Amino acid sequence: MGEHKLLTEHFGTEGLQTLAVYERVGGYQGLREALSRFTPETLIDEVKASGLRGRGGAGFPTGTKWGFLPKDVFPRYLCCNADESEPGCFKDRALIDENPHQLIEGLLIAAYALQVNTAFIYIRGEYHDQRLLLERCVEEARAAGHIGANVLGSGFSCDVIVHGGAGAYICGEETALIDSLEGYRGQPRLKPPFPALKGLYGKPTVVNNVETLSNLPHIVQRGGAWFKQLGTEKSAGTRLFCCSGHINRPGTYEIAMGTPIRELLEEECGGIWKDRSIKAFQPGGGSMQVLLPEHLDLPLDMDAVAQAGSSLGAGAMVFMDETTCMVNVSMRLVDFYHHESCGKCAPCREGTYFESDLMHRLEAGHLTLEELHTLADICDNMNGKCFCPLGDTATWFVMSAFKAFRDEFEAHCGAGACPVRTASAQLVTA
Amino acid sequence: MPLASDTVREITALRVRYPQPRSAILPCLWAVQNELGYLSAEGMEEVAAILDLAPSEVQAVSTFYSMYFAQPAGDHQLLICVNVSCALRGADAIVDHVQSRLGCPSGGTTGDGKFTWESTIECLGACGGAPAMQVNHHFHENLTPDRVDGLLERLRAEPRPSHANGQSVGHVAEALTVKAPSSGPHPPSAETPPAPNAEGPPADTGVSDPAFPAPELPLGEHTEMPGSRSKRSYTKRGSRSAPRKRPRPNAGDL
Ligand SMILES: Cc1cc2nc3c(=O)[nH]c(=O)nc-3n(C[C@H](O)[C@H](O)[C@H](O)COP(=O)(O)O)c2cc1C
Ligand code: FES
Repeated sequence: MGEHKLLTEHFGTEGLQTLAVYERVGGYQGLREALSRFTPETLIDEVKASGLRGRGGAGFPTGTKWGFLPKDVFPRYLCCNADESEPGCFKDRALIDENPHQLIEGLLIAAYALQVNTAFIYIRGEYHDQRLLLERCVEEARAAGHIGANVLGSGFSCDVIVHGGAGAYICGEETALIDSLEGYRGQPRLKPPFPALKGLYGKPTVVNNVETLSNLPHIVQRGGAWFKQLGTEKSAGTRLFCCSGHINRPGTYEIAMGTPIRELLEEECGGIWKDRSIKAFQPGGGSMQVLLPEHLDLPLDMDAVAQAGSSLGAGAMVFMDETTCMVNVSMRLVDFYHHESCGKCAPCREGTYFESDLMHRLEAGHLTLEELHTLADICDNMNGKCFCPLGDTATWFVMSAFKAFRDEFEAHCGAGACPVRTASAQLVTA
Repeated sequence: MPLASDTVREITALRVRYPQPRSAILPCLWAVQNELGYLSAEGMEEVAAILDLAPSEVQAVSTFYSMYFAQPAGDHQLLICVNVSCALRGADAIVDHVQSRLGCPSGGTTGDGKFTWESTIECLGACGGAPAMQVNHHFHENLTPDRVDGLLERLRAEPRPSHANGQSVGHVAEALTVKAPSSGPHPPSAETPPAPNAEGPPADTGVSDPAFPAPELPLGEHTEMPGSRSKRSYTKRGSRSAPRKRPRPNAGDL
């Protein structure tokens, strides 16, 4: 187990961002094979057999999602979700920076399977250089006959449009992404109808994450069965984990699913920095619940982490050492959701406002114990009651941290300053 | 003032790029902002006319997205991340440092119009190179006060970049030929990101109160960060009304 390179195999190859080098290392072979060896139906079956699950956060089986498209309704659309804005997450950026053609190839394979003639890549506004790079690669692939009419002489046609966002986390949610792509304020839509039935311009639409799509060339070339035996029974393949925080070697690491978290931390990330010990970590990005040192022996498997009360989410791992103030971390995450709430539903719009207000006063040591209960009350009134998961997840970290570090939260009440910071200042100088 | 003919040409080309013209709003707004440095009411009206929409619809879209500026900004724009991964590795110290160097609070523009800077709670997707910021939409990672100083010095000598966020049509040619730097090692290399100082960056998890080292600046020298959705500066917290009191006997039953 441990490190296993599939998507990142050629990372670092000089000039990999150009079509010539990408093809030299076997690029676009998956697309050729998809077009020649598969029909759209058998290709969907192959992806189902691979056990590939979405890498955008929810982990929905990709082949199953594709199977939901109604037959005979055209046009259909495909959107690559490159809006990556989850706190702690930077794998999609790495996949684009390092190997943009792999994503484009995966997008075209998916487009063929779904019989889509117009595919979009929705990339967050902050990824400006990445957008320009993708645009250049799309033009290059178009000039080579991989994109456009009659892709590689197969009779299948597909255009690819790279669309830049302009700064809004919520546009990563698939229906908000569709709203934004249609030229509206990016607010989520009521589901059902799901995008597979009524998505972009009211037509059947599939939204897939960058990493999900980047897996496809490998699945086509090596077969679904081969892919499935990587990783664990329910979490097939490898995953890119974005590791950050108090570790010696932050970065993106591709490892087989099922590897123990401790191995990721000790061997890939070089352990906790400054010879300190770990206090807590967050396994799935800013949305997910906090986990404790005792959870380090869990395997990197979606279901195992879910059983421990958190989620692998989008594959971000944020490690925190013993000096970290959990109230401060919670405050920042709450602030993030407050800033990013789209304003559509009241529980999220108002709830994140109150959460943020209370957390700032708690962090400064000015909250009373009674008000701490108000915070819990507000979270309770948000979780499961918001229009989309943004509002729900705005409560997950803070509530899990409150449960696990209740003493720390209570010690802040009326303290007039952050007690942890004072204590850790002593620790650092000691 | 009407938009330049190049911008109008770009917007007109974008109109037919999508299955439905309205989809072109965001790239069209980028085209306007690239020319003017912000979104003027007249610019948005022209976009609306070309896309056959009401001006109010275009404006309503523009205010939803945090990267569009409602007022002119400085020549160089700095966006410093203070979300968790960056904060764990000393983002607050970087924010304090930039503030003292530039002499205006987050969201402000320096008196000479050179810099607009803001600390943002939006994770920039550079957590592997924390603490990180974007300068004119390019990433700068593993920041230290020294590196920030070097960067500011270099930028001070540089003019406003011509296309802050050039959108496709027409600009593809100038797309990068140089590989953009990535956040952290991919693939993991044995090399640790450069240690910012001997001890490594401070494990700063506290929000420090901003001490404005700059003396009172004359009025009019600060502009609000254009485009901010009425968001407060992160480090400075205005007073707010207390939340409704609806105490719950015991928070433990959650
Ligand atoms: C608030 C919110 C933000 C999201 N942000 C992203 C994102 O940045 N990137 C992404 O791929 N999926 C994101 N998702 C998940 C998408 O809605 C969707 O499930 C995903 O793109 C599907 O792709 P997949 O099946 O390949 O995982 C987000 C979901 C929510 C609720
Ligand atoms: S937390 Fe700063 S870039 Fe992600």
